[in-house]
Amino acid sequence: MRRWLWGGVLALGLGATVLAVLLWMGWRQAPEPLPAAASASGPALSVDQVSRGAYLARVGNCAACHTAQGGRPYAGGQAIDTPFGRVYSSNLTSDPATGLGRWTEDDFWQALHHGRSRDGRLLNPAFPYVEYSRVTPEDARDLWAFLRTLPPVVRENTAHELAWPYRTQWALAFWRGLYFRPAVWQGVPDQSSQWNRGGYLVQGLGHCAACHTPRNALGGYRSGAEFGGYHLPAQGWYAPSLKDLGQAGVGAADREEWVRVLKSGVGAAAVVTGPMAEVVSQSTQYLSLEDLRAMASYLASSSDALGRAAAAEGARGAAALAGPSGVEAQLYERHCSSCHGEQGRGVLGAYPPLAGNRAVLMAQTGNLVRMVLEGGYSPSTADNPRPHGMPPFRLVLRDDEVAAVLSYVRNAWGNSAPPIVPLDVLRDGAAAH
Amino acid sequence: MHGVCLLRVLLVPVLLASALSWAQKPDTGVPTANSAVPPPESMAARVQACTACHGREGRATPDGYFPRLAGKPQAYLYHQLLNFREGRRRYPLMSGLLEHLSDAYLAEMAAYFAGLEIPYPPPRPPVVDSALLERGRRLVQQGDAGRGLPACVQCHGPAMTGLLPAVPGLLGLPRDYLNSQLGAWQTGQRQAQAPDCMARVARMLSADEVSAVSAWLASQALPANPRAVARLPQPLPLKCGGLTAEGAS
Repeated sequence: MRRWLWGGVLALGLGATVLAVLLWMGWRQAPEPLPAAASASGPALSVDQVSRGAYLARVGNCAACHTAQGGRPYAGGQAIDTPFGRVYSSNLTSDPATGLGRWTEDDFWQALHHGRSRDGRLLNPAFPYVEYSRVTPEDARDLWAFLRTLPPVVRENTAHELAWPYRTQWALAFWRGLYFRPAVWQGVPDQSSQWNRGGYLVQGLGHCAACHTPRNALGGYRSGAEFGGYHLPAQGWYAPSLKDLGQAGVGAADREEWVRVLKSGVGAAAVVTGPMAEVVSQSTQYLSLEDLRAMASYLASSSDALGRAAAAEGARGAAALAGPSGVEAQLYERHCSSCHGEQGRGVLGAYPPLAGNRAVLMAQTGNLVRMVLEGGYSPSTADNPRPHGMPPFRLVLRDDEVAAVLSYVRNAWGNSAPPIVPLDVLRDGAAAH
Repeated sequence: MHGVCLLRVLLVPVLLASALSWAQKPDTGVPTANSAVPPPESMAARVQACTACHGREGRATPDGYFPRLAGKPQAYLYHQLLNFREGRRRYPLMSGLLEHLSDAYLAEMAAYFAGLEIPYPPPRPPVVDSALLERGRRLVQQGDAGRGLPACVQCHGPAMTGLLPAVPGLLGLPRDYLNSQLGAWQTGQRQAQAPDCMARVARMLSADEVSAVSAWLASQALPANPRAVARLPQPLPLKCGGLTAEGAS
């Protein structure tokens, strides 16, 4: 009895110590000022610096979260749903009372690199400072120079609506103790400068992991699963793996296609929709081809050629179960073939091919079902200002018809993937709202 | 709305099974490969996501829920596209489709539908008692001066065919759609650019009056000239935002 008691006390003591250490680690990341610039630029902003900063703000896609629907750019107020509650983006304009008008360069560095607000409060990691921490002091300076030029908009910040304990500072300290170490991207000397540039953009401002890396129950990245694909819990979309060539992995031979998709929203075999349409619309279309190629080079080096083979293998086994009947082919003929073609080849630049399309064949079928139910346009971009759109079929086809036609598409013209059942359609349709 | 959706869902297979010919029957908005396939570069091809619900060439009839687009004033259509994109009107399918389309492209889509001159089908008068219809007619044509309620015709044109460039016509629309728009304006679910005169007007109407107005409007045939008028006999009774051809303020 006494031994049990002592064991319990010991375990409690140990737990408390671990907790205390984590809290201390989360807090201790003492804010350090921004390292001094190599060359003193003086108080005046140079035009070059501001335009470099504007470009970096595009890379970071700051405006997407910091602009509310129908609101003034960068004035914040956009609601962002997370599994822990709803957070609201803040006002980044130069308004002194409600925006960043009173902030200094050091305050900005403290937020971007250390994840702390001007008053020292720990920021919610919905602001992706885990990635932004990797941004170099030079780029942070340029970014700040740009933000200072934003015309002031008076908009009081909205308080987050987070459940206890996620709204507390000690919970954030604990989380940071587990998942956050402020550090600028160091690069890998063995790799090319192109690879390093790509890595810096992907891992830093681009914050690709924020959607494409799976997270655990605490919202931290699952270790060893970087860019492995993640079901965005609040949006209902699946951010495909950037490693698996059966999903959105970048094959060595597909780099230019990947660059085209991120630049224009449309490639030979892919069209961006869902949350990625916003990323292309507001961020990647503005990136230089050089930077997009660098990102492709970085991602291609870690893509997993086995992924595609494994996916195809699994699919073949399951597809034998599903023999398409006449009804399924008729549904395709009636609703899909006028655009996607009788052989599922699509029309280049207008309608994506369905034969061999990874988005059609992926094991995670939620996005595919959602495309049929809700339709969607790829974004207007400089290279593709007048995109074509997929009609929504939510009010046209029943769940069992959507399942039937998609099962047909997944197994026609050499495609081979497990069928979709009406329950999938019901579930994915519900996730959409 | 739910009833309408359910009805459509139930109707669609029946319609498909009977293999209606589009040339003879009013368009129900069901996209099929049987309808003529527009060339991929055409505007008709680019707006197929719209015509899935609004009918081929935006000709949706009062048989369904969705409003007709064909022939509505260009700036009106453009403003509605902006309103959906910016959250002043709420319908998830619409805002989802428009979210990342540019102003220029939305204006082009609006111009495309505004430029289509397609004959209107005869109205399908709702089955309501004549007292309600008469009440609706009076509200539409005379308003209620005692309460400062303007008549519909004072803004939407003497024949209710709209006013160029941005005030829509009120005829040829499903009654369900008219009811839900007036209701949405009363609750703030639908808004226009400030000052939102239509919200002011809608909030002066009782539920019975909404029903009377929608019943009478839905029972009227289009005049021989269904185009929006260029000017009104009198000045507008209210100050309204979004009446110019420019974008949202």
